[in-house]
Amino acid sequence: MKINEVVSLEFLAQMINGLSLGSIYALIALGYTMVYGICKMLNFAHGDVIMVGAYMLSVAMGMLGLPPVLAILLSMVVCACLGVTIERIAYKPLRNASPLAVLITAIGVSYFLQSSALLIFGSTQRKVESAINVSSVQLGELTIGGNALVTLLLTIVLMTGLTWFINHTMTGKAMLAVSEDKGAAQLMGVNVNRTIATTFLIGSALAAVAGVLFISSYGFVGPYTGAMPGIKAFVAAVLGGIGSVPGAMLGGILLGLIESLSKAYISTQLADAIVFGVLIVVLLVKPTGLLGKKRTEKV
Amino acid sequence: MALLRVENLQVYYGVIQAVKGISFEVNQGEIVALIGANGAGKTTVLHTVTGLVPAKAGSITFNGVDLMKTPAHKIVSMGMAHVPEGRRIFQELTVYENLQMGAFTRRDKAEIAESLEMVYAHFPRLEERKKQIAGTLSGGEQQMLAIGRALMSKPSIILMDEPSMGLSPLFVSEIFAIIQEINKAGTTVLIVEQNAKKVLSIADRAYVLETGNISMSGNAQDLMNDDAVKKAYLGE
Ligand SMILES: Nc1ncnc2c1ncn2[C@@H]1O[C@H](COP(=O)(O)OP(=O)(O)OP(=O)(O)O)[C@@H](O)[C@H]1O
Ligand SMILES: [Mg+2]
Repeated sequence: MKINEVVSLEFLAQMINGLSLGSIYALIALGYTMVYGICKMLNFAHGDVIMVGAYMLSVAMGMLGLPPVLAILLSMVVCACLGVTIERIAYKPLRNASPLAVLITAIGVSYFLQSSALLIFGSTQRKVESAINVSSVQLGELTIGGNALVTLLLTIVLMTGLTWFINHTMTGKAMLAVSEDKGAAQLMGVNVNRTIATTFLIGSALAAVAGVLFISSYGFVGPYTGAMPGIKAFVAAVLGGIGSVPGAMLGGILLGLIESLSKAYISTQLADAIVFGVLIVVLLVKPTGLLGKKRTEKV
Repeated sequence: MALLRVENLQVYYGVIQAVKGISFEVNQGEIVALIGANGAGKTTVLHTVTGLVPAKAGSITFNGVDLMKTPAHKIVSMGMAHVPEGRRIFQELTVYENLQMGAFTRRDKAEIAESLEMVYAHFPRLEERKKQIAGTLSGGEQQMLAIGRALMSKPSIILMDEPSMGLSPLFVSEIFAIIQEINKAGTTVLIVEQNAKKVLSIADRAYVLETGNISMSGNAQDLMNDDAVKKAYLGE
């Protein structure tokens, strides 16, 4: 085998790594961006929903002995309920409050979830068996791991489904309408509270899937498991243009690619710095992010 | 019985009282105009009727139902549509999607299609541009869309807030002609306008709002000939 074949094989493998990592970021980023679009708030507790999803998986599979598919569904349902409950209790009363108050509340909710996990499960990380039992696939000389394969396929399905849902159902259009103008949406008969709840529900269910996928590769879950992927996904959402659904998808995938290629070819230590560097450069050139639109100010 | 009856309505923004206890009514089939200077409280009144702004005191009754106890999103399905000030169409949706949003609470597909035909008949321009992103429409087209969107709910009463704002004179005449058509087809109209001359010429009755109070009311024709109204609102 020639040297450049080895290099390109290695490069392809890194690309697949990056795509699957990026898929996870994208799934999380969707929750950030949808909630931002509709409520104009940064839900910093979103990352911790991933952690809850991962714990649920470990409980469902390890303690309840559920099969993986059921465990994933249970984890999605629990996170969806959690997301809706958080919105209802913590954010809804602040609908007309200052953005700073909402931000601080979101950070509070984040600490609350982490501390609750600490109380219930303790500080030591728990080993989680992978929910994905798919053997790797051989494409010529390239091996694609089962985890990466499932992550990629599931993400494609979920993103296609979400895009279809937003653009082709009246509930989806109502979400767009509410994110643009709550008053006008109400005049059309849209129940704004229910639409916002639906947004949290979808975002949190996607976060649960991301949590399951993340933990299936990583293998351990602890109370702070959600923090790092949460921040990365937030960066992805901003990179893609916060409030833009395709932006979150693009931002997530790009971030994953940049991160894994930097780790492979530049430096493991510098990878995160490079990720944030790219964000800064993009924001300098295009402050609204890659696919973000400048919103027309309403008076 | 009046279709819409507002009694002793008081509205505050914080400590500032914008509407100071006004009463008016709109009967089935009428065109009723609400005129008044900038800041008189016209928009506030309409917003309070459709639930976007809460009232402090008074009552709003529509078809015998107390609107003060009805959440904003339930009002359109009761037969009341509102073309808000500044159009407020959904900029990022297409023309067609905006019209679909107008029929959000309706379920009967055949009836919705019928309303769509009717809207396209009033505004052929909207049909030509149905796939266009609404934010890229011209101001006049956006106004057509705002009215069309409201008609998509098949309202028994339509509230219009300055439908002529920012339109060229020719367009203003067109919009007013359409409002008359809509009314002839059986929809009651409550309209707020700066263009008092124009609106009084199509209205049956009118109320003059002055800093939160109704200072005059009556037959539109009579108001048009009233010296005080002429001086203050018709620029004569
Ligand atoms: N959201 C708000 N907060 C505080 N004050 C408000 C608000 N909206 C309106 N006002 C005030 O209430 C008063 C009535 O405003 P409103 O918009 O109802 O007037 P209007 O008669 O529709 O005027 P225009 O012809 O200029 O549209 C004004 O003094 C305005 O400054
Ligand atoms: Mg006004």
